Amino acid sequence: MPDLFTNCGGITSPNPFWLASAPPANSGAQIQRAFDAGWGGAVWKTLGQPIQNVSSRFGATNVRGVQGAGFNNIELITDRSLEINFAEIYDTKKKYPKHAVVVSLMVETKQEWKDLIKRSIDAGADGLELNFGCPHGMCERGMGSAVGQEPRVNQEITSWAVEFSSVPVLVKLTPNVSDIVPHGLAAKRGGAHGVSLINTIKSIIGVDIDRYVLEPRVAQLSTNGGYCGSAVKPIALHMVAALAREPKFGLPISGIGGISNWRDAVEFLLLGSSSLQVCTEVMLRGYRVVEDMIDGLEEYMRTHGFERLDQMIGKAIPSFSEWGNLDLNYETVAKIDADKCIGCHLCVVACHDGAHQCIHPVKDGKTRVPVIDESECVGCNLCKIVCPVDDCITMVQVDNGFAPSTWNEHVTQGKPLRPKKGAH
Amino acid sequence: MTDKLGDNRSEEIFEDFKGEYTREQAVVEANRCLYCADAPCVQACPTHIEIPQFIRKIATGNVKGSARTIFESNILGMSCARVCPVEVLCAGDCVYNHMGMPPIQIGKLQRFSTDHAFDAGWRFFEAGPDSGKSVGLIGAGPASLACAHELRREGHSVTIYEKRAEVGGLNTTGVAPYKMKADRSVEEAEWVLGIGGVEVKTGVTIGQDVTFEALENSHDALFLGAGLGADTAMRIPGEQLEGVHGAVAWIEKMKLAKVPASARTCVVVGGGNTAIDAVREAGGLGIRRVVMVYRGAQEKMSGYRHEWRAAQVEGAEAQWHALPVAFEGDGKVERVRCVKLDDAKKPIPGSEFVIDAELVLIAIGQSKLGEMLATLQGVELDRGRIVADEHGRTGRKGLFAGGDCKNGGKEVVNAAAEGKAAARAIHDYLMGGTNA
Repeated sequence: MPDLFTNCGGITSPNPFWLASAPPANSGAQIQRAFDAGWGGAVWKTLGQPIQNVSSRFGATNVRGVQGAGFNNIELITDRSLEINFAEIYDTKKKYPKHAVVVSLMVETKQEWKDLIKRSIDAGADGLELNFGCPHGMCERGMGSAVGQEPRVNQEITSWAVEFSSVPVLVKLTPNVSDIVPHGLAAKRGGAHGVSLINTIKSIIGVDIDRYVLEPRVAQLSTNGGYCGSAVKPIALHMVAALAREPKFGLPISGIGGISNWRDAVEFLLLGSSSLQVCTEVMLRGYRVVEDMIDGLEEYMRTHGFERLDQMIGKAIPSFSEWGNLDLNYETVAKIDADKCIGCHLCVVACHDGAHQCIHPVKDGKTRVPVIDESECVGCNLCKIVCPVDDCITMVQVDNGFAPSTWNEHVTQGKPLRPKKGAH
Repeated sequence: MTDKLGDNRSEEIFEDFKGEYTREQAVVEANRCLYCADAPCVQACPTHIEIPQFIRKIATGNVKGSARTIFESNILGMSCARVCPVEVLCAGDCVYNHMGMPPIQIGKLQRFSTDHAFDAGWRFFEAGPDSGKSVGLIGAGPASLACAHELRREGHSVTIYEKRAEVGGLNTTGVAPYKMKADRSVEEAEWVLGIGGVEVKTGVTIGQDVTFEALENSHDALFLGAGLGADTAMRIPGEQLEGVHGAVAWIEKMKLAKVPASARTCVVVGGGNTAIDAVREAGGLGIRRVVMVYRGAQEKMSGYRHEWRAAQVEGAEAQWHALPVAFEGDGKVERVRCVKLDDAKKPIPGSEFVIDAELVLIAIGQSKLGEMLATLQGVELDRGRIVADEHGRTGRKGLFAGGDCKNGGKEVVNAAAEGKAAARAIHDYLMGGTNA
């Protein structure tokens, strides 16, 4: 039985699945239900001076019938009184001593940070998460991403928190920066025990095309929100991996951004996350989604021979390299399994219009299985991506007789490159 | 014209066999479509509707564009959505069948878009500028309607001659009411003719009220879309008894008026789609026992399997390898005397049996209308069918044909395709292009 015990910067939990600081972690009753459903931890909805929210608050991107492929919000931090929040944190921690209860904080002055940190720890917090990420509303008041985008401010406030805290401090980073690495390093210089990323991405989720108003609409106006959900996963994976592979960094990472199922979870772990935070999928489907996350991850670990999470954390990081180190002589071509092909010709049109015009219908009309002109196929994957049948199209390596050569090796050592394909 | 149909018609008690989609259902199904390229469904459709395109437009909420795509290829797309045997056409060729998954419900999606167009009163096409040419169309069924619409888009003036009081042809008089009722067909015909500039002369029988030659003289071209003739009789004793009907005639009465519904037992003779329709209709009217009597094996019947399966589900029975030899009764039919046939369709001695039947519907075919035209120079007949090429061109200059009178009795969608193809050929002919 694989052990899912999790330790992220000194914050421990029975499994790596934490609720992210967001509406599903708004109250003690919710978080306790989530723990009963199987969640290993929760980052409490950000505490600060309670705010007043707008209605409406959420918007979604729907893609070919999939609702909420992307999601955004213009909700702010907690709107509940600090007294109630701290009482519920105390109650939750008392009832669930082994689960991780991390308190997210966002305030302005050094004194406010000191006060709230003390009260959080007194209530039983296992760790703190400094919300330097929100890209809407709070940043207009000098908090959230306004802090996260400025490494010096990030470092300074982090150092205050670390000074005041007797529990681990995670800094939650905003993705609304051109390069995440300096911001992670700033948190490290401030003394953080780890970082959480990504927070949401500054976004306009859509426009009400009949009213000419952005969504989510608040009377006749709206504002940019924070983008999240499955659609942001690739951006999150990149930022997590960028820090995980940075030799000067080396802090634990709590991965966030579009984690919707165990496969996403495995990817974040392989790219260096030691805990995983989830919000959108819970908002769309409820706490119960954690069941599949847990047993999917356990089965994956069994299949791959991992007994503990630390054996798999960061395992894919060595494969993340620069383009100049990729082997230009590695060659693949697409192969179609005629027995599996259903004749939809999606690969034909995709290759014809979007790639290198090397997949052709058979003219005699006897079969709808297309033919691949391997002399023209550049091995781009597009056909495999559009094919609706599992494993019908596979990308097969071709032995072209050329020894491996990267662009860097070609430039510095003159290593020979194979002739280009599809470049006429 | 809809008000010409009487109230309280027998067909009115039928409910749709395939229900209509709500918007949500349509969008979910539309999103399931793989959007194939060179799609097999399009190739399987006689009118080559760009099915993946119209389905994609449903998914994106562009229902008007979806309807336009359908009508651009097939102006009778509304009725075809309901009456097409999609199981053996578009949906039968859906690639999902090769994945072991249910094919896309193309008919129901097409109905969603086209019903929307009708309900919203959308129109998509305008008549072309007046060409000064005139075309006469014989019959007001699907072939002629499709032909007339296409001719009007080119600006030719069109006159339709119809022997019945109602337009729409078999769509009005023959379609199973659980697929489409007569009023919807008439409504469609009116919508198609709404392009304007079409004169419809109903109650006109060619050769009786006006001669063929007179029509030829008053038009620059003629299109023959006259359909098929009366039910073929069995020519066996008792056929004159009350309660024995040709199936097509009985169905027409059931759709346009009222048929007696007191019978408790019914025999339908035949194994084609008209026979199966009659079986399901008799059952739907409340006749408790309906038996189809077919002379061949079940596998050999020309009726669609999916239709017969539905009939069986509804409780229909069958006698295979059987042939009625007499209808018996005292003034009214009471029973059908049958004989079993061997593989060579020869009666097996001593195999006679009797089925109780207070209603008998004979669905063994319809006469072809071609005989009347056989004397015309250049017109060739093949077993009663008018011989014409894929463009509807007959051997007689200026005479074109399409629909059942040409193809011997196929689907509405075939008639729509042939009518439109003929219109293209007529246009070429009128504008001095290819000869007929």
